[in-house]
Amino acid sequence: MTKKDQFIMGIETSCDETAVSIVKNGREIVVNVVASQIESHKRFGGVVPEIASRHHVEQITIILEEALKQAAMPIGDLDAIAVTEGPGLVGALLIGVNCAKALAFANGLPLVSVHHIAGHIYANRLVKEMEFPLIALVVSGGHTELVYMKEHGHFEVIGETRDDAAGEAYDKVARTLGMPYPGGPHIDRLAHEGSPAIDLPRAWLEPGSYDFSFSGLKSAVINTVHNAEQRNEIIAPETLAASFQASVIDVLVTKTARAAREYGVKQVVLAGGVAANKGLRSALTAVFEELPDTELIIPPLSLCTDNAAMIAAAGSIFFEKGQRADMTLNGNPGLEITIHN
Amino acid sequence: MKILSIDTSNYVLGIGLLDDNVVMGEYISNLKKNHSVRVMPAIQSLMEECSVAPGDLTKIVVAKGPGSYTGVRIGVTIAKTLAWTLNIPIAGVSSLEVLAASAGRYFDGFISPLFDARRGQIYTGLYQFKDGSIRKVIEDQLVMASDWALRLNEMQADVLFAGNDLGIHQQAITEALGARAKFTGPTGNNPRPGELAVLGSQREAEPVHEFVPNYIRLAEAEAKWIEAQNKK
Ligand SMILES: [Zn+2]
Repeated sequence: MTKKDQFIMGIETSCDETAVSIVKNGREIVVNVVASQIESHKRFGGVVPEIASRHHVEQITIILEEALKQAAMPIGDLDAIAVTEGPGLVGALLIGVNCAKALAFANGLPLVSVHHIAGHIYANRLVKEMEFPLIALVVSGGHTELVYMKEHGHFEVIGETRDDAAGEAYDKVARTLGMPYPGGPHIDRLAHEGSPAIDLPRAWLEPGSYDFSFSGLKSAVINTVHNAEQRNEIIAPETLAASFQASVIDVLVTKTARAAREYGVKQVVLAGGVAANKGLRSALTAVFEELPDTELIIPPLSLCTDNAAMIAAAGSIFFEKGQRADMTLNGNPGLEITIHN
Repeated sequence: MKILSIDTSNYVLGIGLLDDNVVMGEYISNLKKNHSVRVMPAIQSLMEECSVAPGDLTKIVVAKGPGSYTGVRIGVTIAKTLAWTLNIPIAGVSSLEVLAASAGRYFDGFISPLFDARRGQIYTGLYQFKDGSIRKVIEDQLVMASDWALRLNEMQADVLFAGNDLGIHQQAITEALGARAKFTGPTGNNPRPGELAVLGSQREAEPVHEFVPNYIRLAEAEAKWIEAQNKK
């Protein structure tokens, strides 16, 4: 007997993207609709939580309808609804969570809650089947983590940032250089036009640690700019961007490669919005060419930034493991990643 | 005809079921507790109790604000999602209007429902029943309680004030209106979900995708941004 196909709907509203997706058998995107609010938040120089929540309410049923229309699938054909429980902006999370609960209730469907970072990691399964053990490097505006997975649904954070996330450091440095929000892509582009001539610090922390720290680097960049200004010198922004990016990438790539060796993993997967960074992609690719026993997976840009296909992909695994959320599910802005057995 | 009504705009959590002209069930609590955790379980248990399945519903009515931004959004999100997925109409009713109707359906005079909005401000409006139906006399607004009381005093008529936040503003109101100010007691201070369903049953449906809360106020960041633009 052939196994029936499984269809999971993912709903993601943890920050400034209203997203709905349907994923088949945990690996195949049927539809992936993302409405970004970035244009609305640009004028404020960052995401304003209250405004993000207001946009989610305006968008949510429109995006749901668009997803079902593109999929040409009645909602009754779904096996479950998966939704981001956290972490994220609480007011924004609440829209997705309450929408998902209402949908599950009205259609008699099971509900599965998903950790946002588990989602980012599972974006990789939409590219290639996961092989364990693996290490995930998660880099985004809110996260910089190394996560060890010995099997599906098992997440062990082996390193995390002690202050700023990598994406946060990018945005702050971009602001110092007078660039518009969001700064990451601007720095990345500028860095490719310059060379890393300025020696900026790299926070390795204590020997053996897989933790990160970027606030010292951010301060060093700001100081470099201020000192130059006082001496009436001009530092080319390309040089500064290239030097900053070189420092961030050096730490990320070195620690990831060390973790891959120490844990003897079969795969290293990249996850999170900063995974769109070209410098990071090419540096990781270069390092893992030297480690042929470890396969490096880098998802396409559209799956690195927030989307709901990744939530459905992670939800598919949790659903198979029998995890169910009930009608009391809440948005949890500080949710810790847990192990699903 | 089976109407589900939802009000999560303030501390009161209200769920109602109206079957034609009969209020089948109401759930009301007035607690400083998280709505997000409690609304769907309340809907689920009330519908089960009344043996109403989701597919039996013919209309969703929601209190669309003003009130707590997050609270209103929870109710509106659930209402929009239910209406959309069940393919039934959605209607919104002012959260203040529900309170006015709950407290003063048989009061001969003006009704001023109010929610505290901090720093001496209130969300309020002025309503009146005529021939059994409610009409809006003054639009819902955010106003200083003292200014509102002076404005109502000029009307030289009895005004019934209603709401769980009366205690905060009662003195300012009494000073301005004297004996013409009437106040509800504990049972009149909670907006009734049954009343919400009745009001909504007579309202025309709104397009579900365009349905949004009535916050009354712009988000703070947006108001500041507009102010900065005007200065340029
Ligand atoms: Zn993310």
